[in-house]
Amino acid sequence: MCVVEIAGTQRLVPACNTAVLEGMDIQTNSPRVRQARKTNLRLILSQHNSNCTTCIRSGFCELQRLSHDLNIHYQPYEVQPERSRVDLSVPIVREASKCIKCMRCVQICDKVQGMNIWDVTGTGSRTTVDVSYNRYLKNTACTFCGQCVTHCPTGALTVRDDTNRVLRALADPSVTTVVQVAPAVRVAWGEVFGTINKNKQAPVGKLVAALRRLGFDYVFDTNFSADLTIMEEGSEFIERFTHRGKYRWPMFTSCCPGWVRFIKTQYSAYTENLSTAKSPQQMFGAVAKSYFAEKMGIDPKKMFVVSVMPCSAKKAESELPTMRDACGDPDVDVVLTTRELVRLFRSDCIVPSDLEEEAFDSPLGTGTGAAVIFGTTGGVMDAALRSAYYLVTGENPDPDAFAEVRGSKPWKEAAFTIPGAGTVRVAVVSGLANTRRLMEAVDSGEADYDFVEVMACPGGCAGGGGQPIHEGVEMASSRGSQLWKLDAKAPIRFSHENPDVQALYRTYLKKPLGERSHHLLHTDHEAWQALPKTDRPGV
Amino acid sequence: MSRLEVKMPGQAQAVVEQLYRNMERRIAASPPGLCPVDMALNFLNLCQAQTCGKCVPCRIGLAQLSNMIREVLDGEPDISILHRIENTAQVIVDTADCAIGIDAANLVLMGLKGFRDDYEEHILHHRCLGTLKNPVPCVALCPAGVDIPGYISLVNEGRCADAVRLIRKDNPFPTACAYICEHPCEARCRRNMVDDALNIRGLKRYAVDHAGDVPQPKKAPATGKSVAIVGGGPGGLSAAYYLALMGHRVTVYEQQKQLGGMMRYGIPSYRFPREKLDAEIASILSLGIEVHTGVKVGQDVTFDQLKDQYDCLYISIGAHTDKKTGIQGEDSQGVVSAVEMLRHIGDDEMPDFTGQNVVVIGGGNVAMDVTRSAIRLGADKVTCVYRRRQEDMTAQREEVEGAIAEGAEVLTLQAPLKIEADETGHVTALWTQPQIIGEIDKAGRPRPNTASVEPLRIPADTVIVAIGQGIESRGLEESGIKIQRGGNVAANTSTQIPDMEGVFAGGDCVTGPATVIRAIAAGKAAAANIDEYMGFNHEIKVDVKVPTPRCTDLRPRGRVNATERDACERKCDFQCIECSMTDEEAAQESSRCLRCDHFGYGIFKGGRVEKWKRSRSMAGNCPPPRAPLSWRPLKRPVSPSPTCAS
Repeated sequence: MCVVEIAGTQRLVPACNTAVLEGMDIQTNSPRVRQARKTNLRLILSQHNSNCTTCIRSGFCELQRLSHDLNIHYQPYEVQPERSRVDLSVPIVREASKCIKCMRCVQICDKVQGMNIWDVTGTGSRTTVDVSYNRYLKNTACTFCGQCVTHCPTGALTVRDDTNRVLRALADPSVTTVVQVAPAVRVAWGEVFGTINKNKQAPVGKLVAALRRLGFDYVFDTNFSADLTIMEEGSEFIERFTHRGKYRWPMFTSCCPGWVRFIKTQYSAYTENLSTAKSPQQMFGAVAKSYFAEKMGIDPKKMFVVSVMPCSAKKAESELPTMRDACGDPDVDVVLTTRELVRLFRSDCIVPSDLEEEAFDSPLGTGTGAAVIFGTTGGVMDAALRSAYYLVTGENPDPDAFAEVRGSKPWKEAAFTIPGAGTVRVAVVSGLANTRRLMEAVDSGEADYDFVEVMACPGGCAGGGGQPIHEGVEMASSRGSQLWKLDAKAPIRFSHENPDVQALYRTYLKKPLGERSHHLLHTDHEAWQALPKTDRPGV
Repeated sequence: MSRLEVKMPGQAQAVVEQLYRNMERRIAASPPGLCPVDMALNFLNLCQAQTCGKCVPCRIGLAQLSNMIREVLDGEPDISILHRIENTAQVIVDTADCAIGIDAANLVLMGLKGFRDDYEEHILHHRCLGTLKNPVPCVALCPAGVDIPGYISLVNEGRCADAVRLIRKDNPFPTACAYICEHPCEARCRRNMVDDALNIRGLKRYAVDHAGDVPQPKKAPATGKSVAIVGGGPGGLSAAYYLALMGHRVTVYEQQKQLGGMMRYGIPSYRFPREKLDAEIASILSLGIEVHTGVKVGQDVTFDQLKDQYDCLYISIGAHTDKKTGIQGEDSQGVVSAVEMLRHIGDDEMPDFTGQNVVVIGGGNVAMDVTRSAIRLGADKVTCVYRRRQEDMTAQREEVEGAIAEGAEVLTLQAPLKIEADETGHVTALWTQPQIIGEIDKAGRPRPNTASVEPLRIPADTVIVAIGQGIESRGLEESGIKIQRGGNVAANTSTQIPDMEGVFAGGDCVTGPATVIRAIAAGKAAAANIDEYMGFNHEIKVDVKVPTPRCTDLRPRGRVNATERDACERKCDFQCIECSMTDEEAAQESSRCLRCDHFGYGIFKGGRVEKWKRSRSMAGNCPPPRAPLSWRPLKRPVSPSPTCAS
């Protein structure tokens, strides 16, 4: 596609694979180049299922845009898309008929995530992209991070659409619908609706109002359970830190399901180093279907918990057999990505700018500044350190005392002294190829930490696989800085000061790491198989 | 109207003939790993175009076979389609009128047997077992994985010393390989699709001839570990080289008086000048490798003593014993083995054949080496006797042609029968039984059969037997090292000897007589695995930056071939036969490189390997893939591929 004409060279040359040299005379829009670009695009389109009207990527598809830009309105070639064979049992869905073999998925998975799940397969004119080593996706160590989806230029790779299950629940009057919204969703959903206020942000209040318009009975905030996670995980860290000999080090965060799958398949010996605390999404589900259901007198079996996440791996997490602690049903019934939520708003003709801001429902709708930063790299560590400091010393630190863990550097290290406990050596990493480097360093003894935060997606959840897709732009860093701003502006910036979390402990859980917490809020990471056994090895 | 006309090809036919030649070259450059079902279909389509149309099985049958195989690739057929394909192909074989149909259907039947699992994968899983394995054909086919496009581009820029440094990352013997490598790298050079394969070895020769003295890189800090290498040939010295670079203490034990193995005691100096060999070995030893020559392990020192004394052992003793013909009179005076003769020459103990009739038995490279050496040692007449045809000889074509140019007689289709001796027991003649060439065997070579012709007497003063080499395995077996049938040492592709801690083996003594580059590759693999075994993960890399490629010139151009000294002049001495490329030739030849490391699949995946080291753990993610298709048809032992070059 991106060919240019160089004076004195017989053939057109690919611009992306040719170094510019002094004195080159380059034509980018010569008649030959125009013709070649159009022909090559038409060839791509001759193997592409161009049913744009029913494609999930219509409107933000690079191929569609390019085809319009190059003024292509007829197709001289016979159109023969590859046959699609779709597997909906996993959150990542590939439709072969839409794949243009640009191999970006292979690149992002190899080079950024270091997982080598996708590969070029077959040979000759039937060469295509598929799961490496002729396996099926469900039988691989795929973390379902969804980076391949957000870097796919077409609708060939998508996250499974579960909106119909939500719409069915919303339509059933006998079901109480509860929705939770993850921190990183609030700084991304508005991108699709253009500028919403003069700060170029979509206030979370409008998101709450829009969710109510969809018909949810209760609109809650995952920030609440992020604060709860800090209470449990922070206490767990203090427990481990003050009884060093009893545990393997370092302790790893456990809120990112992509990372949990990664460690279970790639470094399984380190599974016991994971915090046993569930992720905020799953803590929320477990609390909603126990404490909240009990409080409101709702039959948890008749409660439908939806979570809106920036993430595709969260879908797989909610389906784990170990995530059914409140009443035996899945604690979270359906996970929607930010993109699915936006699609629901659009199909209901909800215009966010027309809506008045509304507040989250109570009691699972209160969150602190320490919770909202869960959506970006370093945030979980920052929040955990703030409360760990308090739990040890009984005093609040400066909320910005741990700022060293912030920022978009892929691998950060710091050491902080907590009076009475000692010096805590921490590391923060995002992106799985970076994570593999860190794990190699930990494994070989080159690196030595007490507490490590890992997020599978580069930049953390803000750049998650479920977030809105923008061609050629990585949004994790700008969304992340909005989350840090929300934290800075928050009236409460310590998880342990969340009044509704305090009430939950007072009236129901009693104390962090207590018996009820153990049952509802912690999990055994060893109790499920990340790699299913296959009857054919390697398939 | 005239009664007879002179046949003249039309223009279209002339172009088609040209296209046939282009296709032949294209097939020669075909990358390994292609889907065999897809290839079967495309071969079949070619056959289909050749049908004359007279008989039904060929005209319609081949078309229907093609439809069914396409259905396997693109449709959703039932597995029973394989029976239908097989039955149809068998009927075509049985009933087509001529070879056009019979042979085409046979190709399909061969495929159904040879790669049925590929057919089944397509039908049952709609997937292909084939995957492209060699984005850079020359690198993939070099047993040692040398960065060929890298050094070709350095030669093109006149950076010969850097080229040598880059080669040494994967092969410590750039000079040896510049002179005598059998260059498997050239076999599938993509440039074949344009005109002809690049003269890769010739360019390497140019590089080493113009590099000057290139110092060796610095060694890693000493590890305190020690390794003994048994056998100082190309494989043993390669292992020694990399292990020394990694910081291990290395000691080489060599049975002969000097180091070099077959490079000294097999390859005559007119192919590889001794002073070049000595300089290359000296350069390797400059890393501080301890050497004991004239020590026979298993006799002067036992394997068990070495095992006690060193942390690891690498056995690379090569294949230096001769094979006997077993014919009557073989023990007569004047009958010598090629191995023995070349060994003496290696130590400058030259036999004198002045005025003699010398007869050489064999058709391999060693037979050519002794033939051409005998000419140089004053023989009146040298006759090379071989039981098949000249084109069936395993020797390289240019070796045979060179020998003939120097005056050797090549007597083909003659099987040695007996050796005649006079009353003093000295050889007087070789009797041979003339042969008729017969059926093609499984390996694709025609078998010779006894012809109904009287035996032939070839007068001889000396008979040299060059029919193969074996491995001296006695000392090994006693110390518990497993020997396979045929006498080879049992070691796997990672050079480990099963059930033996810390003992590795590779090269000719594992594979049987092979080539220098395969021994080097085995030594390299052994070094990596011994390093790993001793608990290290040393990286081998070089800081040479490979030039960014410019646009490639695709105008078809002739290949620059090596020139040789005059036959009548060179046959009188042991000086090097082959001339180096000129500056002009090297510049032109190196500019023909298509830079497959940059253009095509190489830039995306599997291109440049900048260092070799352990690949990171990928537990649960990378099941060992099925052996790549490219290597499957090879039945002969494949030299170990370096595990670190992933």
